[in-house]
Amino acid sequence: MKTKFHIKDLDLFFKEEKVLKQINFEIPANKILGIIGPSGSGKTTFLRALNRMNDLEDGTRIEGNILLDEEDIYKPDYDVVALRKKVGMVFAMPVPLPMSIYENVVYGVRLSGVNDSKLLDELVEKSLTASYLWDEVKDRLKTSGMRLSGGQQQRLCLARVLAMEPEVILLDEPCSGLDPISTAKIEDALTVLKKDYTIILVTNNTKQAARVADNTAFFLMGELIEIGSTGQIFTTPNRIETNDYITGRFG
Amino acid sequence: MKLIGEKGVKRILMLTAFSAISALLLIALFILNEGLPFIFKYGVKDFLFSSDWNPHLGKYGIYPMIVASLWVTFGALVIGAPLGVAGAFFLTEYVPKSIMRIIKPTIELLAAIPSVVYGFIGVMVLAPLIRNNFGGPGLSLLAASIILGIMILPTVISISIDSIMAVPQSYREGSLALGATTWQTIHMVTVKASKSGIIASIILGMGRAIGETMAVIMVAGNSVNIPHSPLDSVRTLTANIALEMSYATGLHRQALFATGVVLFIGIIILNSIASVVLRKRAVKK
Amino acid sequence: MRIHPRYTQRGAIAVLGGATLLTLLILAFIIFFILEKGLPGISLSFLTTNPTDMGRAGGIFPTLIGTIILPLLAIIIATPLGIFTSVYLSEYTKENKATRIIRFGTDCLAGIPSIIFGLFGYIFFVVTLGFGWSILSGGLTLAVMILPTIIRTSEEAIRAVPKSYREVSFSLGATSWQTVKKVILPNALPGIVTGIMLSIGRAIGETAAVIFTAGSSLRIPSSVFDSTRTMAVHFYILAREGISAENAYATAATLIIAVLIVNLSAYWLMHRFIAKRS
Repeated sequence: MKTKFHIKDLDLFFKEEKVLKQINFEIPANKILGIIGPSGSGKTTFLRALNRMNDLEDGTRIEGNILLDEEDIYKPDYDVVALRKKVGMVFAMPVPLPMSIYENVVYGVRLSGVNDSKLLDELVEKSLTASYLWDEVKDRLKTSGMRLSGGQQQRLCLARVLAMEPEVILLDEPCSGLDPISTAKIEDALTVLKKDYTIILVTNNTKQAARVADNTAFFLMGELIEIGSTGQIFTTPNRIETNDYITGRFG
Repeated sequence: MKLIGEKGVKRILMLTAFSAISALLLIALFILNEGLPFIFKYGVKDFLFSSDWNPHLGKYGIYPMIVASLWVTFGALVIGAPLGVAGAFFLTEYVPKSIMRIIKPTIELLAAIPSVVYGFIGVMVLAPLIRNNFGGPGLSLLAASIILGIMILPTVISISIDSIMAVPQSYREGSLALGATTWQTIHMVTVKASKSGIIASIILGMGRAIGETMAVIMVAGNSVNIPHSPLDSVRTLTANIALEMSYATGLHRQALFATGVVLFIGIIILNSIASVVLRKRAVKK
Repeated sequence: MRIHPRYTQRGAIAVLGGATLLTLLILAFIIFFILEKGLPGISLSFLTTNPTDMGRAGGIFPTLIGTIILPLLAIIIATPLGIFTSVYLSEYTKENKATRIIRFGTDCLAGIPSIIFGLFGYIFFVVTLGFGWSILSGGLTLAVMILPTIIRTSEEAIRAVPKSYREVSFSLGATSWQTVKKVILPNALPGIVTGIMLSIGRAIGETAAVIFTAGSSLRIPSSVFDSTRTMAVHFYILAREGISAENAYATAATLIIAVLIVNLSAYWLMHRFIAKRS
């Protein structure tokens, strides 16, 4: 089994505060990793460390290493733009850019200099199909992405990431604001997508992790408490905190 | 932009970012360079505190103009500040937001009216009114104060409104929930919380009044003397520069630049105070 | 003695409301007074003929040209500088000593009286650089004068673009400049344009900074090195030297109308922008 990310002794500081403490584990390729934990546990911060989105916040500093395909993504002169093209991200709140559905999907690709309209057309259809949105929007690709419903917007955001043909997809509580039907569509899309992508899904909803993740990691107070196959974590957790969290004692 | 690259873009942007500060330095440099040597040659004390301004006799004392500028500015504040602050409180605390959104830009139109037009109104309407009711030449310290008082209104009102709006709604709700009337809430809670912004608005209005030129030239009468009553004709620092600049040469021109130096330094001091006051507010948050 | 809160409340409404009403009445009075006296003097021939006899008779055609060309030149120079500065301040740098200095300088520049700009423009552009009393000197002086307004309004407009747009753009592999070009500037544009319009309004009405840098020639300029006279300067000369009250009123009315058009379209733009946002 191929390792996609290798996290070694990762500490992350925000100003003086240590937000992540001594994280060590490997993320296998072509699997869905679910990350669960109460809010404030550092799971979103961890996710944003994987495509260096934390760089945008003033006062963030890391120690330790994160290797992507055995290459340290925090080494000096590492190409951050290339990293983000390889590691796509879907945010908690769906944020369509204020442009048409079509332009939203091809935004990242156009930035890389692709302008061949036939190629772009194909890409739009392929990406929207993979995110289960094509049938709903194929007749109105030129209308603004902001006119879609919340669930549709989030699938548009997923399509936008797929169009980049990344290797990894990070999802930060992508269904937190969505209705059950949209949530189901996104979960269906993810289970299909994992054969081509490595997927890391941060979620507040333990049931969602149980439904779609192959492996599950449990974060608490900036520490990785436990990681294992989803079946093991949800049936025979090794740690008492994990058990308390998944059975709803706190969080 | 591909040719220059991301680093090149950043460098170009950084260079342009210094355009405003370099303009300011250039202005300071050229005004000081023209004016300061004169001040030292003529004598700081004689220049600032002598009342004798008589360019063809080589006399350059600007004391009357300094006094006039201070009085005119004071007069403008007496008229403009209470009116402006009162308006700001009325618009934020008593009027629905939707109406405020229409009235605020309307009042800001006052700032768009060219200063020569204010001066003209002063000459045609205000000066005769003063002459007929109170005597004197009409074109006077009083007329200048009233016109300037009106001209600083938009500055005072819009900056005050911004700072009153910045007071958290929860403060007001807390006070109103305890049974206070809107007025009690204003003078016990809102005024205190927005005080520094209101002070800054008045200081900035002051800067505007002290620096105003064309309107003042038209309504103040322009005779060089230390005023004894609001009905006297006065000449401000700005008017002194603008009136004589078109024909001044040699020492005379340097003396006008030196007048500019005094004005420039005064304004920079006022602005620095205002920006410190506003910064304090930002830090407190 | 204690007055019942109900009465202080009513008194406050009367006083504060009175102050607001007075302010609005003054504004209305100024506009109506000028328009009432000036509108009868405005005609097509007034706008399209040259003044004769120092402006005692004839129209204001050359001053219209001056009034259009000086602010235009100022905007062409100040807009890119202002926008780039605000992009740098909001997108390319964190708050530090340099940005504080830039902001302080911008605030100071905004507070400098126009007569000082006039003095500076005269000694720097007219004399030192040898541009003479000219469109170029006047335009450059106005550009320096309006630069802080453009920087401030652009920065506000840029900061109003949601942070999430930036995150999305970066997460899709955009560079800073790509994000600025494709997401930030298009979304901040209406706010930026509003700032530009307000600056144009200020430049149109400016007198002190222009009279000592662009001069007051009534000839139609043939190059940027020719002197020109703006409407505001023309009006000042007519009114102050008592040349012609009738023509002064008509010129003032034209000036007020021009300024109102520019400012009202700026507010209209801003309003549409805000409506679109919400």
